Amino acid sequence: MPATKRKAHEDAMTYVIIGNGVASIGAIEGIRRHDQKGKIVVIGAEEAAAYGRPLISYFLAGKIGADQLALRGDDYYVKNNVELKLGTTVTSIDTAKKAVATDKGETIAFDRLLIATGGIPFIPPIPGVQGADIYSFTTLAHAQTLIELSAKIKRAVVIGGGLIGLKAAESLHDRGVAVTIVELAPRILSAGFDEKAGALAANRLKNVGIAVNCGVTAKEIQRDTKGRVKGVLLTDGRFLETEVVVVAIGVVPHSAIAKEAGIKVERGIMVDAKLMTSAKDVYAAGDVAQALDQLSGEHRVVPIWPNAYNQGYASGRNMAGAKEPYQGGLPMNSISFYGLPTISVGVVNPPEGDPNFEVHALLDEAKETYRKLVFRDEKLVGYVLVGDIDKAGMFTAFIKFEMALAGEAKDKLINAGPEVFLWPEKLFDETWNPAPAKAAR
Amino acid sequence: MKRVYPNKDYCIGCHICELACITAHSKSKDLILAYTVERTGEGLSSCKRVHEGGPTCVALSCRHCDEPACVAACISGALQKDPESGRTTYDREKCVGCWSCLMACPFGAIARHPLENKIVKCDLCFDRPGGPACVAACPNQALKQEER
Repeated sequence: MPATKRKAHEDAMTYVIIGNGVASIGAIEGIRRHDQKGKIVVIGAEEAAAYGRPLISYFLAGKIGADQLALRGDDYYVKNNVELKLGTTVTSIDTAKKAVATDKGETIAFDRLLIATGGIPFIPPIPGVQGADIYSFTTLAHAQTLIELSAKIKRAVVIGGGLIGLKAAESLHDRGVAVTIVELAPRILSAGFDEKAGALAANRLKNVGIAVNCGVTAKEIQRDTKGRVKGVLLTDGRFLETEVVVVAIGVVPHSAIAKEAGIKVERGIMVDAKLMTSAKDVYAAGDVAQALDQLSGEHRVVPIWPNAYNQGYASGRNMAGAKEPYQGGLPMNSISFYGLPTISVGVVNPPEGDPNFEVHALLDEAKETYRKLVFRDEKLVGYVLVGDIDKAGMFTAFIKFEMALAGEAKDKLINAGPEVFLWPEKLFDETWNPAPAKAAR
Repeated sequence: MKRVYPNKDYCIGCHICELACITAHSKSKDLILAYTVERTGEGLSSCKRVHEGGPTCVALSCRHCDEPACVAACISGALQKDPESGRTTYDREKCVGCWSCLMACPFGAIARHPLENKIVKCDLCFDRPGGPACVAACPNQALKQEER
């Protein structure tokens, strides 16, 4: 055969994506930016096309309808030439033969594979946690179940005072259920927020009638003779009567399938700068991946929405051959509690007594506003805003672009707030008003 | 694609671009009604904002980035990248007011609507004959729409 003759399969790549969440959407968009021809197959375990997962709390609260959940338009998959296999679970990955097997008995070959299987709810080993009346709150199916249930029950206990737990509590409360939150840490939102921001949010919840208990957790979930939940015994000896328990401690990477395939997994699936796993041509993105974190320079599992999209996108363009590394994720959360908006980005709880960090915090309890800025090595590395969030993005810029803040600029940032005139001239010109050949897009 | 580029050496901080923006996005398409009735009554607000720092000023709005941080952060699909026009599009109906985009956009180009749980963001006046109203109104050519 003449060496110049190309094999047919070199013309069009087959991309297989396991998972149909936001990382998958990011991957489709990253691939299509660089490759319009290749075939994309998306295999999703859930029955629905990609939806806004955080929207399930809006759905449970009755703020939006089922028709408002889809993340992209009806024609999205057709337009992007994506074959969508829903309600299908991948049962194994063969990295050598480059094929995946599904529970429908299919074998699907790939040139590039993306594992974007997300996270699964972590259920702690509390006595009584196995059995009826225990629910999670991470999928549309969970939300639908809780909607049906909320009409029948009077009380619910939510275990976990993180974002998912608080949103589940708020939504159930909106459905007329009396909700009690139980959080092991001394404050709610301990991961992404600090004590003062957590307290402002907790007050909002308490004011509407949601009970918030910190520093305690469930010792045992007690059941009646029929096995139905009676209530929750707390570590401080109290007993909370309830018909339903929602466990919202957090999610863990859904990485079993990668492990079984011999792919390197630590806390999540390990990925390199291109988001490729230890197996050639197999990539991972989103809540299942342990990817680069911009501020620490370490590989971490940071299960947040924007990271999932960005990792999906970066893996997509690299699978399509663009060779542009992932720039690293930035922890960020924006969430409102009964009209009180809160935003937290980057490092917000620096190690106590660490002289490398400098914190400037401003609390106004009457106005329910709070602003905390965290600096390291004369750079902004984190912030929290409660109430007045309008300048959030401008603060994010200083973290994301790692702008050096010499004396006066830092004072201005602290006292007058973030302004574009504090940016280095070069960065301003490259982004806002570039010379025609140098446009940064 | 053609984007709007601001030049801070030419900007005189007159805010005429902001007025042109609210007029273009008003129902009445009349400056006085837009400013007196729709702005105060319905929260009509400008997508463009004049930033002032001492003697310098510049009028900024959404850059319509190639790889926008707002689209990555949007939980509802209200913000998307239109591959054909290159615009970063906003579907007001889909927006739930979670402010994730406002947090993620490092250009500070997204604002909260003053009255509703919605955002305000430049749409490049895509349906306006003659292109962006701010560019047309700028008296000193501090705003230019061009391919770069």
